[in-house]
Amino acid sequence: MRKQFVSTLIEIADSDSRVVLLTADLGFMVLEPFAQRHPDRFFNVGVAEANMISMAAGMAHEGFIPFCYSIATFASMRGYEQFRNGAALHNLPVRIVGIGGGFAYGSAGFTHHALEDIALMRVQPNVGIVAPADDAQVERVLRDHYARPQPMYLRLAKDSATHPELEGRFRWGHLEVIGEGDVVILAIGSMTGVALEARRRLQAERISVAVAVVASIAPAPTKDLVALLASKNACITVEDHRPIGGIGSLVAETIADHGLGTRLVRRGISDPPGESSGSEEFLRQRNGLDVEGLVTLVRQTAMIPA
Amino acid sequence: MAHGDIARTLGSVQVRRSIINQSKRAHVGHIGSALSIADILVALFSRVMNTDEDVFILSKGHAALALYCVFEQLGVIDQKTLDTYCADDSHLGVHPEHALPGITFSTGSLGHGPSLGSGVALARRMAGTRGRVFVLISDAELNEGSVWEALMFAGHHKLDNLCLILDNNGQQALAPTADVINLSGIATAVQSLGWECDRVNGHDVAELARILEVRSVGSPRFVIADTIAGKGVSFMERQVRWHYLPVDDEQHALALREIG
Repeated sequence: MRKQFVSTLIEIADSDSRVVLLTADLGFMVLEPFAQRHPDRFFNVGVAEANMISMAAGMAHEGFIPFCYSIATFASMRGYEQFRNGAALHNLPVRIVGIGGGFAYGSAGFTHHALEDIALMRVQPNVGIVAPADDAQVERVLRDHYARPQPMYLRLAKDSATHPELEGRFRWGHLEVIGEGDVVILAIGSMTGVALEARRRLQAERISVAVAVVASIAPAPTKDLVALLASKNACITVEDHRPIGGIGSLVAETIADHGLGTRLVRRGISDPPGESSGSEEFLRQRNGLDVEGLVTLVRQTAMIPA
Repeated sequence: MAHGDIARTLGSVQVRRSIINQSKRAHVGHIGSALSIADILVALFSRVMNTDEDVFILSKGHAALALYCVFEQLGVIDQKTLDTYCADDSHLGVHPEHALPGITFSTGSLGHGPSLGSGVALARRMAGTRGRVFVLISDAELNEGSVWEALMFAGHHKLDNLCLILDNNGQQALAPTADVINLSGIATAVQSLGWECDRVNGHDVAELARILEVRSVGSPRFVIADTIAGKGVSFMERQVRWHYLPVDDEQHALALREIG
């Protein structure tokens, strides 16, 4: 997704001179094409995220559209107050691009695991939050929404992904639903691939599952959620994020606010701080975020009487 | 606004009287900081800045009362609006809000102004926009790491449309700055990061204007304005407690008499 992000941003920057790319010294073997194509609009600000995020507000005030690139933990947290008091307070089109949600930087350890970035961003009322499921969605989001007036947080997976079922669909404030079923899995970002694989496995067991991709986290796809969940007995949220503050919370809030009777099962990252590290695959498995873990969860959930 | 008109209507004495009066009416402190920057603001707004194209950021937002009093004298806000200082449903809080005319960025949390200013300065250089960016910071604000991130960036990128003014009053919320974090070597520090550094008596409006009008070429400018917290009111000068305390009736009358 990083490469898709950069190649699309280059094309947008070709035709819109307001687009600027800032990085806090990350993006080796990723950002070079932008730097070469638009050297006058590329700045490595150094390992200084707070300055990057505030500076972006200053630049946006002057009419630019700055993209601030870093690993999701640093991008979302090191300049958080700067984002709150800068771009969010003044409603400026700053885009924070957080790379690698959840365990994407697996063995790099806890300091590199973005477990609460969505929670932090969701409490800012005017910040758009987007977690694309695949490269085609990355391209759609950027092309259609890069110039929106409000600030935005983009949570991008490190690796490339393609989900043909999605056909690159992305609509601001909406869900993208794949298939139909008694049980629905709501997934974000790279968990979409896990959810779709679980769906294929369960089809063989004659358990029908719909997968709803929550790429537009804010604005929340509230209408779509209510319409989808009203007819379902149970739903499962799956996210490489803490179960608090992400889409598990979003769906719980929606169910409560609209008096829905849908049973909700939230699956997220429950490892305590200080747990041992490892590959993304290993860490996901430990948290039940792998295909097998999700299949088991759906089987259990499908057996819950209505 | 033409400079000549402003010079006639903006004066340090009137700004100081206004600070004392508003602080008394609202029963709110931060008087020492406001009095400390009064002359810097008078110099900037009456003689240095062209408010049509220059940008001012009060990074030490807690001294906003001084800025409101300057705005009232310049006619940016009226007396009625100034009289809402710290009242309910007012945009004139202790710290400045961008909803108020003349305020480009809301501030209050220290250490944001230098980065915001660097962003504006960089953007203006890229776009070829005229005008300078002035950021007023406090000496205690230098404790914030983000200030140093901005100092490094602006120095490296030679943002010569950026001018940081240090309100060097030697005092912070709990103690003299020299006792908290000694920054007596600040000039050398910023020079080593690529800034042109100058020093001025922060209560001499003519001298401030002369120094602030200078625009360096090829480097950002850092002006150390040596000031006195509570300047103009003898019992407030260099007194840490006047960072927070409001005035009572007797102190109010005495302060006005001293200011003249």
